[in-house]
Amino acid sequence: MKYLDEYRDPEAARLLLDEIRRVSTRCWTLMEVCGGQTHSLLRHGIAAELEGMVELIHGPGCPVCVTDQEAIDFACQLAQRDDVILASFGDMLRVPGSRGSLLDARTAGARIQIVYSPLDAVQLARKHPEKQVVFFAVGFETTAPATALAVKQADRDQLDNFSLIVSHVRVQPAMESLVQAPDNRVQAFLAAGHVCTVMGYESYESFVKQYRLPVVVAGFEPLDLLEGILACVKQLEAYEARLENRYARTVQAAGNQPAQDLVREIYQICDRGWRGFGVIPEGGLELRTEYRRFDARTRFAASALPVIHVDECRSFDVMTGHLKPPDCPHFRKSCNPESPLGAPMVSSEGACAAYYRYGMTASR
Amino acid sequence: MNCPVSIPANADCVTLAHGEGGRLSRKLIQERIIHALSNETLQAMNDAAQLPRVMGSLALTTDSFVVSPLFFSGGDIGTLAVYGTVNDLAVSGAKPLWLTLSLIMEEGLPLVILDRVLESIANAAQQTGVKIVAGDTKVVPRGAADGLFINTAGVGELIAPIPPGAATLQEGDELIVSGTIGRHGIAILAVREELGLEPLPSSDCGSLLRPVECLRESMGHQIRCLRDATRGGVAAVMQEWAEASGMTLSIDERSLPIAADVRGISELLGLDPLHIANEGTMVIAVKSGAGSEAVSLLQSLSETAEARVIGTVKPRGIAAVTIRRTLGAEQPLDDPLGSPLPRIC
Ligand code: SF4
Repeated sequence: MKYLDEYRDPEAARLLLDEIRRVSTRCWTLMEVCGGQTHSLLRHGIAAELEGMVELIHGPGCPVCVTDQEAIDFACQLAQRDDVILASFGDMLRVPGSRGSLLDARTAGARIQIVYSPLDAVQLARKHPEKQVVFFAVGFETTAPATALAVKQADRDQLDNFSLIVSHVRVQPAMESLVQAPDNRVQAFLAAGHVCTVMGYESYESFVKQYRLPVVVAGFEPLDLLEGILACVKQLEAYEARLENRYARTVQAAGNQPAQDLVREIYQICDRGWRGFGVIPEGGLELRTEYRRFDARTRFAASALPVIHVDECRSFDVMTGHLKPPDCPHFRKSCNPESPLGAPMVSSEGACAAYYRYGMTASR
Repeated sequence: MNCPVSIPANADCVTLAHGEGGRLSRKLIQERIIHALSNETLQAMNDAAQLPRVMGSLALTTDSFVVSPLFFSGGDIGTLAVYGTVNDLAVSGAKPLWLTLSLIMEEGLPLVILDRVLESIANAAQQTGVKIVAGDTKVVPRGAADGLFINTAGVGELIAPIPPGAATLQEGDELIVSGTIGRHGIAILAVREELGLEPLPSSDCGSLLRPVECLRESMGHQIRCLRDATRGGVAAVMQEWAEASGMTLSIDERSLPIAADVRGISELLGLDPLHIANEGTMVIAVKSGAGSEAVSLLQSLSETAEARVIGTVKPRGIAAVTIRRTLGAEQPLDDPLGSPLPRIC
């Protein structure tokens, strides 16, 4: 794991922190888009070290957190059918739908299988021809190529017992909707390194021009994040707004072309409801007409039960930077990992879970 | 069942009749179980094992073993059952003497699998010097169990000085782990979930008897408490000890011994090795200043060659258990609920 330790070197981190301290003349507000980065910033104590110099807002970058409640309800409903095996990534299981979580459904007898890759779900379908295997396809651009591949395999093998609840979301439209809001607080973005690994970062060029906000592509390790933050601060101090890549060891401008081609072949861009945000134009991916037969909604034309809106969760305010998780009136009280009110408290990438886990208390 | 053991298609299997007490039951017990584990007490086939008197007080422990798959890299349910019980006795300050063994078999369990497990049990018992003196077998219908469940009880003789326990922890005491952490949980996960890893990570399943004996012999009075860090991992032991002592147990992330494969898989799945199960790794608390002696002693043994001091005991601070991260921040180490669920990306 040498390649990891290099990016966790305390000495180098200290130097970067000092440099950020030296160049910043006021407190800037940056948004890290990805939940993985949020966790790293809190876990390594970077957010606390930067207090007063850089305020970090934890963006909507956790696909589990923004998956519409209706999709979870639908997944629970399907899982309860005798003829269905629902396949899902582990961290979707605890997220509350309006009638409980998938874990609750499993306790009540639903057949739910944790998978590590969409291809495992296809494998499951091959193994159980007598059942309908439904894969809960959640994730950003990073996971979309793998689910596209799963669809392709199912298509090639003519599997008629495999389908997906497609809940893929796209990062950039969400960033746009954030900065377009009249009360936007974000002054610069740390773009999620792994999304850019797939999608490249050229598409941010027009974003940077249009909104005049710095965007810096950053990785997940402490040094990656500190370098990204420093780059943002330097730009802001110089009244600049440029696109910079501070994650060059993995990210190329054009991204991973074959993966993008695959996604384009199987999916098309659509408007998508984001939990807390409402419908974000072009905020999601759906199956193209040729592959629509793999859409669980088409296959199980079941009348999805209406969503019961009991959401007291303030996740929207958290994800737009208007509320720090510990300042949420429910934090550590009625909302904790054991009985979460919202997805950000249970998802392993969720901002509230990070604050809870790393022992943060209400801001002073 | 995903065990990496090939089973002949026409293998003889355990049937419900094997559990009904008749001729087939007797045949199974005598020809397979007693044959594999042979010792005089067992051969006498009394209703209760008759055991010789011992000098000291007794320690008694029981545990049930349910693991899927039954075989994994580094061990199987049989080695797990013997070492698990022996380790529980050893860390309590007892010399393990006798074990009972109950097998709950699922109808359809191939007899070759049973034989392999019994062989593992026999080897592990011989290696740790315990005798299996009583037992029981039951067969449940297909679907009512996952192949094979094992229950054991272990009896040992307490030998002075008995480690006084976590309630006696004091400021400055040093915390040690006897080897790299999280290996068992990751080994099971890798086989069960077919993560397709090559080579498969290997479990630390093994006996702690010798390391505990050596430690006790040379520095018995310096030891406050010992615990094998099984389910819930090292973190769970820390939480329990912190609760028992009212102190804060503070560990240093940089000093944790974690094998490269375990670390890689954990990072990938968003799991924390501190919360992952071990089967042959223990946590030890020793008096202030005794840490390095204990560690060099442990490092001289093959079972515990990777032992490290990982932290110290402090007066109760921000949380019961804290961890100092790489960049120096001290944070609470939480107690996870349920089994950790792997993350998405
Ligand atoms: S603390 Fe709970 S209720 Fe508040 S925003 Fe976070 S998840 Fe929602």
